[in-house]
Amino acid sequence: MFGKLTWDAIPFDQPIPLFAGAVVVLVIIGVLVWIALKGWMPYLWREWITSVDHKRIGIMYTVLAMVMLLRGFSDAIMMRAQQAVAFRSDGYLPPEHYNQIFSAHGTLMIFFVAMPFVIGLMNFVVPLQLGVRDVAFPTLNSVGFWFTATGALLVNISLVVGEFARTGWLPYPPLSELAYSPGVGVDYYLWSLEISGAGTLLAGVNLVTTVLKMHAPGMTYMRMPMFCWTTLASNLLIVAAFPILTATLAMLLLDRYLGFHFFTNEAGGNVMMFMNLIWAWGHPEVYILILPAFGIFSEVVSTFSHKPLFGYRSMVAATMAICVISFTVWLHHFFTMGAGADVNAIFGIASMIIAVPTGVKIFNWLFTMYGGRVTFTAPMLWSVGFMVTFVIGGITGVLLAEPPADFVLHNSLFLVAHFHNVIIGGVLFGAFAGYNYWFPKAFGFRLHDGLGKVAFWCWLVGFYVAFVPLYAVGLDGMTRRMQHYDVAAWRPWMLAAAVGALIILAGIVVQVVQLALSIRDRAALRDETGDPWDGRSLEWSTPSPPPAFNFAVLPQVDGPDAYWRMKQQARQQAKPDAEPRYEEIEMPRNSPTGFICAFFATFMGFALIWHIWWLVALAAAGAYATFVVFAWRDRAEYLIPAEVAAAIDRANRRVRGALLGATRTAP
Amino acid sequence: MTHSESDRDRGELSLAPGDEHLGGDVFSEGIWSYVIGLGLATLLTLVSFFIARTTLVWQPSIPVALTVLAVAQMGVHLVFFLHITSGPDNVNNVLALAFGVLIVFLVIVGSLWIMAHMNQNMLPMDQIMQMQR
Amino acid sequence: MTGIDALAGRGWDPSHPPLVAEHAAGALATKRIIVGYGFWIFLLSDIVMFSAFFAAYAVLRDATAGGPRGADLFDTGNVAIETACLLLSSFTCGIAMVAAQGRRALWFYAAMTVTFLFGIGFIDLEVREFVSLTAQGAGPTRSAFLSAFFTLVGCHGMHVTAGLLWLLTMMAQVFAKGFRPDILRRLLCFSLFWHALDIIWVAIFSVVYLMGVAA
Repeated sequence: MFGKLTWDAIPFDQPIPLFAGAVVVLVIIGVLVWIALKGWMPYLWREWITSVDHKRIGIMYTVLAMVMLLRGFSDAIMMRAQQAVAFRSDGYLPPEHYNQIFSAHGTLMIFFVAMPFVIGLMNFVVPLQLGVRDVAFPTLNSVGFWFTATGALLVNISLVVGEFARTGWLPYPPLSELAYSPGVGVDYYLWSLEISGAGTLLAGVNLVTTVLKMHAPGMTYMRMPMFCWTTLASNLLIVAAFPILTATLAMLLLDRYLGFHFFTNEAGGNVMMFMNLIWAWGHPEVYILILPAFGIFSEVVSTFSHKPLFGYRSMVAATMAICVISFTVWLHHFFTMGAGADVNAIFGIASMIIAVPTGVKIFNWLFTMYGGRVTFTAPMLWSVGFMVTFVIGGITGVLLAEPPADFVLHNSLFLVAHFHNVIIGGVLFGAFAGYNYWFPKAFGFRLHDGLGKVAFWCWLVGFYVAFVPLYAVGLDGMTRRMQHYDVAAWRPWMLAAAVGALIILAGIVVQVVQLALSIRDRAALRDETGDPWDGRSLEWSTPSPPPAFNFAVLPQVDGPDAYWRMKQQARQQAKPDAEPRYEEIEMPRNSPTGFICAFFATFMGFALIWHIWWLVALAAAGAYATFVVFAWRDRAEYLIPAEVAAAIDRANRRVRGALLGATRTAP
Repeated sequence: MTHSESDRDRGELSLAPGDEHLGGDVFSEGIWSYVIGLGLATLLTLVSFFIARTTLVWQPSIPVALTVLAVAQMGVHLVFFLHITSGPDNVNNVLALAFGVLIVFLVIVGSLWIMAHMNQNMLPMDQIMQMQR
Repeated sequence: MTGIDALAGRGWDPSHPPLVAEHAAGALATKRIIVGYGFWIFLLSDIVMFSAFFAAYAVLRDATAGGPRGADLFDTGNVAIETACLLLSSFTCGIAMVAAQGRRALWFYAAMTVTFLFGIGFIDLEVREFVSLTAQGAGPTRSAFLSAFFTLVGCHGMHVTAGLLWLLTMMAQVFAKGFRPDILRRLLCFSLFWHALDIIWVAIFSVVYLMGVAA
């Protein structure tokens, strides 16, 4: 009746996961009860859960990412603690458990922290920067988000019901095949990623179409903000790479569920082909993560240097070059697997070439700062911290791109330090910069900047203290994922790394406090004008937070840095331009389709994992029915009357006029 | 997001993929593209099936010939059924297609090249399994 | 400076016709273009997914584990009929689209029905082939080659099946709601999907069946 699911699935005999699971369940129940008692459920359902507004969806993606960061980081703390104490001892985490922790850590951080964080920021910002009202497919946007949430939910359920994969964040066969991983752990991983991968693909299609086909009048491609270009490149990579992930994980699923022989040890299966295909996805994936971060830095650096971005054309060229070249380097993840010198050499050279466009970007950011009036707000600190840290990480990457060096360093802690260097120093610093930078636009009040700076310094120092020791022991020969070790020389480094993790923990605590205090003090931190940083692009021309329709009238764009031009023009004219003609606005209706489809997807995924076949069929039918019901609706849009749009816009124009009047320049 | 559906009146310079500009009676004008496409595709299919079975052709050239014929037939589908043209109103569609084709090429050719080398350098799996016993 | 008026979608202000260059320079595309292009991008992602299965098939085509090879199993006569079914269904799908554009309801329903019948014929032949292969002991669990074959061809077959469900849904929608602009946009997407499936079949019958037999 319930397939493989029995009461044994709940880890009553393992104190640590039992305790952790109990805490999580209690917190979730507590939050739900609090929401219900406060009477917020109707509001949340109407305004957030069924929302198809890109701004709301972007915020929900970001919230998901930050909550999952806490879960993924607690895994990291556990790992650092284990490696600090497990010198000639078994530590406190038995191997079966330790293996699940590092697997969950990687899976959560890549798929449910980094991806949602950048997708959330892209979703929120891009339509505003393009001067349009929403993304191309608003309801599909909602579906994509809720599928991602389903994936995150399934991974977290594995903590309490069953187990997670023990194979690492990429489930290499033959270990991940049924013969060597007979439990449900790998199945949790596979179904969670197949579902959230579908969601990510929908986001990719959405954002590519939006950036290519939806612009304010006059905004040619070469007048788009840099963040829109990097969004385009990143989402083209999503569209091109995620299908490979879907196919490869499907092949592993077929092996596990139906006895196929893609990657088995017998009947002709080829385990190396899994590595080849999965990294054909895996390498573009890291560029999917870093390109939006590059875009964020372009925006932040030019805004806080009070100068246009240096070398716009070369930035565009570099971005698109990275987009294409990222599909030609994937073998560098398995130099040691035996392809031979010729193949290794070609991919090694390509991996070095791809560093060049990134170098172009770094120089452009530096030249943007040079000669500008730089204000070191928290976002700017994250950017400068990124420039130093990412360059170091990139250098170690080029080092690893040399096949002979990689033969020594492959799968050592040197590698682990390298990718954390670029992901934390690049993606996470970028996400935090974007979070601080666009927070006032999203919520109408700024984050406490002082605390933001403290958090930055904790993260920066903590990162180096945690990961430079890993470079050292990696060079000394320590392999990754070791549950215990015997080499005395490594011990001090492991202890230092654990201290570094605690410093980062302090940084995270400060960020939580920053958010709480900012909410408490929001009246004092209010963003009255919608333009707290004297911004250059169109999102700063809207009120904070923007109305549902973003712009009462789509702005006319005459050049790059569209909003800056508008401000300059208004200052020189010494009066705002004439009021535009307001018309009624058509906006897409909210829809529960996304949430309900994901609800069925969650049950379907859980049922597939536990082999509860009748529930699979039922959930699949439910998802299909939801889709048909959605396709049958007759009213897809609602109208906002011209007077409503006019009232909001007039208030905005009044505030802007006062702001520009106060900073009038001589004509 | 109010839009007018009369693209040409608005001076819209792009076509949705799969659309074509038709004058006069949409139905009788539009059919021709499909008729021609069907004819060409049928011809190419017949040639492919013939080539695969015949001994009249130099045998090692058969995979190449089949590939060329397949690509040609895909082209026929793209032009006559999907109305993909090289005109300025189709630029975005062609660029997206080109990007897709590039990725497909890299994945397939790259995988074949890499796996051929891997297989050459590694013992067959059943031999490795025997070594473990 | 009339961009705003034009993009409110109410038509041109006749006293301020836009320059062609001005309009080409960045604008909000029509819904039909947005929907069509978005689906085109999705289709390309689907084709990349097929290419991963193709790559796996190409790598594993000789991994027969002592079992039957393609040349031993494939019936090119059957494949020829399947190909004819799918190609003709592509043709009749095109007829249906042109009929929809021209608002000719009877032609539309007739062409869609014939498309459906050809599609069902294709699926019937393919299912019979799979069942027969499995009964001979050449099922997907026999060897890596057969796993790859069944997955690649089966994935295409599943797409065709989904397409047939979609076809019926579209006929029902046209029946219930007529040739509304949003229904026409969905028909555009359906036709893109259906033609793409035929394009993928060209690759399958050439690379899998014909090359398999010629080897």
